[in-house]
This record gives sequence, C-alpha cells and structure tokens, in this order.
Amino acid sequence: MERLISLSVSEMRNGLLQKDFSAVELTQAHLQRIRKTNEEFNSFISICEDAALAQAAAAETVLAAEQGASPALTGIPVAIKDLLLTKGIETTCASKILTGFIPPYDCTAVAKLKEAGAVIIGKTNLDEFAMGSSNEYSAYGPVRNPWNKSCVPGGSSGGSAVAVCLGQSPLSLGTDTGGSIRQPASLTGVCGMKPTYGRVSRYGAVAYASSLDQIGGFARSIEDLALLIRTISGKDPNDSTSMEVDVPDYLAEVRTASKTQLQGLRIGVPKEYFIPGMQEEVEKSCLASLDVFRHLGAEIVEISLPHTEYALAAYYIITPAEASSNLARYDGVRYGFRSQDHDSLAEMFERTRAQGFGAEVKRRIMIGSYVLSAGYYDAYYLKAQQVRTLIINDFKQAFANHCDVILTPVSPTTAFKIGEKADSPLTMYLADIFTVPINLAGLPGLSLPCGLDSAGLPVGIQLVGPPFAEPRLFIAAAAFAREVAFDSRKMALS
Amino acid sequence: MALTEDDVRHVAKLSALECSDEEIPALRATLAEILDYVHRLASVNTEGIEPTSHVHGVVNAFRDDIIKDSLPLEEVAGNAPDFAAGSFRVPRII
Repeated sequence: MERLISLSVSEMRNGLLQKDFSAVELTQAHLQRIRKTNEEFNSFISICEDAALAQAAAAETVLAAEQGASPALTGIPVAIKDLLLTKGIETTCASKILTGFIPPYDCTAVAKLKEAGAVIIGKTNLDEFAMGSSNEYSAYGPVRNPWNKSCVPGGSSGGSAVAVCLGQSPLSLGTDTGGSIRQPASLTGVCGMKPTYGRVSRYGAVAYASSLDQIGGFARSIEDLALLIRTISGKDPNDSTSMEVDVPDYLAEVRTASKTQLQGLRIGVPKEYFIPGMQEEVEKSCLASLDVFRHLGAEIVEISLPHTEYALAAYYIITPAEASSNLARYDGVRYGFRSQDHDSLAEMFERTRAQGFGAEVKRRIMIGSYVLSAGYYDAYYLKAQQVRTLIINDFKQAFANHCDVILTPVSPTTAFKIGEKADSPLTMYLADIFTVPINLAGLPGLSLPCGLDSAGLPVGIQLVGPPFAEPRLFIAAAAFAREVAFDSRKMALS
Repeated sequence: MALTEDDVRHVAKLSALECSDEEIPALRATLAEILDYVHRLASVNTEGIEPTSHVHGVVNAFRDDIIKDSLPLEEVAGNAPDFAAGSFRVPRII
C-alpha cells in the first residue's frame, strides 16, 4: 500500500475513479507513512486520524455517486500548516501561548479544500507564529530535512514542505510573509507557490504581518500545485483585502500550454540577486537553469532592481511593526495559555506573554514596538513604507519595459545545519534576502527545484510575475520541470 | 544611536512582556544589532515618495450591512482560561 504515497494527485484521482484503491486506503497509506516517519522528522503537530478516516469514508460515497463529476480533490489528503484555523482541531501556531485552542470555524482556504472533497490529514509544524526561516523556533521542536536529517527544512512552513517531500501528504498549505513557502520548498526539493497578495483569502490565517501574509501551498509537481492554488483562490467577503479577480483554471492552462509556449517569453535576471557570499553552486545552478529556458525558446535579459539591497531592512521594520500590533491579542483572556502566577491584571498580561511566547517572537514584538514608538515612527516605519514604494516601482519598471517573468535564486544557500544560525537572528534573517522583496511588492512567486549541490541537497529557482500572473508562472515552471531531471518524489519513494 | 538597557525595559513595557534584569543585557545586544542593520534605510532618498500600506492600492472595501448569525457563544468562550456568567474573568482592577 505504501506505493500510493508517491503518486501525483492526478494519478491518485485516476486510481480512485478506476477503483484501483479506495479513498480510505489512500488516507490509510498516508497515515501509515506519518506514523512511521513523524517521530524522526517532526513535521506534524497534530495528526487527524479519526476525522481524516471519516472524511475519506464520506469521499467514497461521493465518488461512488458522482464519479468523474465529483469535486477534483475528493478523497485526496491535504496537510495544513498549524497557523491556519481548523474547526474542532487544535491550532497552536507552534506556540505555547495557544495551547489547547480549538477554533470554532475554518480558515476559508481550508473550507474551500473541504468543499473540493479533500481529506484534512493533520496540522504541520512551523516556526512559532511563522517567524523564522529554519523551523527551529517551534515550541514543538525542530523539523528535520529528509535530504539530510542534520539539516533544517527551511521555514516557517517547514512541516508542510517536509510532509509533501516525504509522501506524508501529496499536498499541503503554508503561508508566506517573507519566503515561508518558497524557501522551505527550495530546501526540500518540492514546488511551492506564494500567490499574489489578495489572491487567496487570509480569513482564518493567524495574522503575522497582515500587509504581506499570503496563503499558498506545496506539491511534488507543478500540475498538482496549480490544482491546489486554484482551489483555494478567489474573493472572500470575510477578507476585505482579497481581490475580485477571475481565477483561471491553472491546471487546464498548464495542460493545454503548447510546446512552443515559452517562445519569446522574456525572462529577466536581476543582477542584484547574485551577491558575494552566496553559495557558488546555487549561483551556478541558477545560471544553468537559464540555459534550459533559452533552449525552450525564452529570451534571457539582464535587468536591475536597484533597491533590492534595502528590501530586507524594510521588511524587518514593517513585519515586526505589524506583528507587535497583531500579537497584542494574546493576553491570556480569551483563549490559550494564562500564567497563574500574578497579583494584578497588568502582571497577568506581562507574565502570560513572557511565559507563552518564544524568544524570537518576543524579539520581533519588541522591535515592532520600538519602531512604532513615539519619536521613531517617521525614521523607521514611515521610511520603510516609502522604501517599499521604491521596491514596488523597481518591479513595475522591470515588467513594463523589460521582461514578462523574473528568475532569481530562492535562497542564497542550500539547507543549513540545525543549530547553525539559531542563535544569531540577523544571520537567520539573511536567509530570506531573495524572497522578501516579492512579499513587499505583493507579487506571485513560485519556487521549484532545479538540481542538487555537491552535498546532495536541493537547489531551487524562483519565478516571479506581475500581480495575478500565476498562469504564466505555472506554464513556465511546468515547461522547465519537463526538461530537468529532478524527481521531487525521491524522498517519498525511499 | 545606541540602544540602552533602559530603552529595552521601556520597549518591554510597551510590548506587555515581563523581562527580568538578567535577560536585559543579551536582549539589548540582539535588538541593537537588528536596529543597526535596519538603520541602513536612512541612506535612501525617499523625498516625495508616498508610503505603501496596501500593495494594490485598495482603499475601502464595503459590503452590504446584512445581519448574520454569530459563532455560538459556548464554542467561542470554551477557549477562555476563565469564563463565568457570560464574562471573561480576570484579576480585579479596582
């Protein structure tokens, strides 16, 4: 039964429709994989065994009645980052402060998956409140990288990346505020997308930095990813920042794209994304990927995004500022953990937060409070918002005048060792240097594997498009993946 | 611009985070390092540049004022550490 876990979603769909296996068997196979591997890799915080099997049994009824007309994900397991609310299933954000929190409603993206028939198999590990780039800042312990167990899987959606990489689930949801989907996808050799800001409703996604947060997902193939992202996209009355823009059938667009689709596609390569200190093999792999795109008929153009060097600094002002406000709600009154050792209300708040939050979350809250405090607001926060405008303008110029898609590395290095950066916040922040500008500009970004380094660790490239140009990214990525012999199923097969 | 230990205490207070005297020196050093890094923005000329708070420039999103059912109180309150008589109970403040 274990072979089921390495199938693509369309193979699973065909197998279910042809009755090669049942939805319950498919879910069982994934639960078995999780039971066998979770102790070692720690990718799941909660495993929803009973609920998942009940959903799978219900899926069998739907499949029997509706067959090919059943919703596209009927009976397909999906893992959910434990930052997204799941009705009746504990949602921890990998923080002690939310211990025992049972959401009374579903995140919209989760509700859409359920409507499409998906089976929610479990909740995945992450850096606490999505703050981190290695999945080491979790109250539930670090997640390990299947390609090398002494390495991090990236973060913050490390558990979701590993779930897909290992075949614990064919699909997973993550969130991406500064690279939290694309970087772990790259470090674990799977595909990941952060859609355009406003493409997917954020209702029920626990807020970190609201002007950048976006839900997206992971899959082992571009086709599977296209199906997943299409399922969760669309305007939602419960999120006023979700946009009223048509959602094309991404999967159909990928499938019908002709072989010559990339003919004349202009791919911009920003010189600012190849910097001293980055791993040489990452640079080489990215440059080699350009040859593949040339071979496919694309035109490679060098471009400049001059404010890139300021993006990380702007990001580490804007996100802590928004976080300090968003995380003010955790005070031990309405949900989660409350410190029992206090003499006054103020002391209850301060002790609850001091004992409930981890070190990195506290640092970011404090940085945020500092940059928003009287006398510093203009110098830090307003300045960062102005620099954000300059960064957005860089991208607008590039797309208006020079290119259709931008290609960059995802991360300056492949997976690093557990413990290597955990004690130096600033070093950790630099892991996101190529991903944060895309969030600041609200653009769609897709991460896909392009090869291995000499240590056998995956390298990824990032494709970036103008707002709502997801189809263009999926088509380019699918064409690339067909040419490159990288098998994202390798860890699911082992 | 040096961040002092008193600045750290002030920011901890603003953040409603209890902070022991032993934690302050290490915290000061880490926060100062991060603030030094982000301070590089000071060298960017932003004169006349509008700040961005929303990337797509959406200003207001209105909807019709339709009354809908709220979440059941028992499910919402069930998450509270101390809920009694329809209220969240906290230490007395007067």
